[in-house]
This record gives sequence, structure tokens and C-alpha cells, in this order.
Amino acid sequence: MSSGTAIRVGSDVLSVQHVADSVARFGDRYLQRVFTEHEICSATGSPPERAARLAARFAAKEATIKVLRPVGHQPDWRSIEVQRHAEGWCTMSLSGHAADLAEQAGITDLAVSLTHEADVAAAVVVALCDRTVSEVEHNGIPVGFTERKEKA
Amino acid sequence: MDEAIRTILAEHGHLPVDVEKLRDEDDLYQAGMTSHASVNVMLALEDEFDIEFPEPMLRKSTFESVAAIRIAISELAGA
Repeated sequence: MSSGTAIRVGSDVLSVQHVADSVARFGDRYLQRVFTEHEICSATGSPPERAARLAARFAAKEATIKVLRPVGHQPDWRSIEVQRHAEGWCTMSLSGHAADLAEQAGITDLAVSLTHEADVAAAVVVALCDRTVSEVEHNGIPVGFTERKEKA
Repeated sequence: MDEAIRTILAEHGHLPVDVEKLRDEDDLYQAGMTSHASVNVMLALEDEFDIEFPEPMLRKSTFESVAAIRIAISELAGA
């Protein structure tokens, strides 16, 4: 790519039942450690529908972490927020350490796609990076490589 | 403490391997523990040991092995 923009892609898939089990076992403590108030309020519907929407949001958070490529300190789950807009589409909003990592990587924009079907939820996140910032990360790992394990 | 940690990993870690066969230093993420499962492990550890993991300890390395979890709990319980 010869332009001044680089691209990073992250994806994740999650069992909806695992999220339903977490809500049943840990309740609000689970919800409040992982999700923002906006995300909790956005995940509406019956208990199965709610679990599916929460699972898709968790997958988006994990997909975002894959594009942020943290070394050591992981961002707080709540610092990576899925914002649902009235029209139905979603965007990502970062704060705290997650926002710092994005700035360090030269990430100028994030796009997200969520999906869920039956017992599976998934998300894909695409990041646009300013190549002049992200050509070589602070830890020396060139763009296009990551130490984080990704499942096929 | 190790027995309680392994019981929690067996119940919440969703590991595709027998937890009892894992060595203390084996990497739980390499063994198949997902990030979501690690959240459940963290919450179950908090319940079991009456502790709360502060935000600075929410590193992947904190939950990467039985030995790492034992050290983290010892630090928090002694705080």
C-alpha cells in the first residue's frame, strides 16, 4: 500500500450461552465489570436476545483489543464501548488506556460490524492508521504482525 | 489455595483440557482459555477468596497460569 494509511483488522467470536451463563452466575457484578451503562441499556429484549447482544458487544471489545495490540496492561473492558445509534448501526468509542493505545498506534478511525445467530455472536473491527505513526510500534513489532493469539 | 484455583478453572475456564493435568506454569491461554472465560475466572476467584482485582492487575499475565493466579491472590490477600 503506497498511501499514508495502514489498516488493521480484528475479529472475535463468542458463545452466546457463555454470556448467558455469566449473567446468571455473576449478575450485575459481571455486567458492570465488562459493559458500560450505554451497552447494558442497548442490550434489550428477552433474556436470550439480551445475551446475544451482550455477546456481540464483548466480541467487539475483544476484536478492538486485537487491533490495539496492547503489550502488558490490558485496557479496562469498559474503556472500549460499542455505541448503538438510533438508526441501528454501531460505532466504537475508546477512553482511558484504550484511547492512549489507539493514539500511539496512529489509529484515526474504527469501524465495527456485529452479528449474532443462534448460539454464536461475532464482531469485526477495522482500524485506519496514520502510517507515519504506526509504521513501527513502540515495541518494535512491525504493522501486520501481532503477538496476540487469534483463533481462526 | 491451588485446589480452589483449579476447581474454579475447571468450572469457569472452559478449557478443552483436563485442568488437573496442567502444570502450575502452563499457559492457560495457550491451553484454550478465552478472554471471556478469564473474566468469569476472575469473578469466581473474587468470590472464593473475598478479594477484588484492581484495574492495574487486569493484565493478561495475571491469569495466565495457576502459578500466576496464586501470586496475584497472595498479593491481594496480604494487602
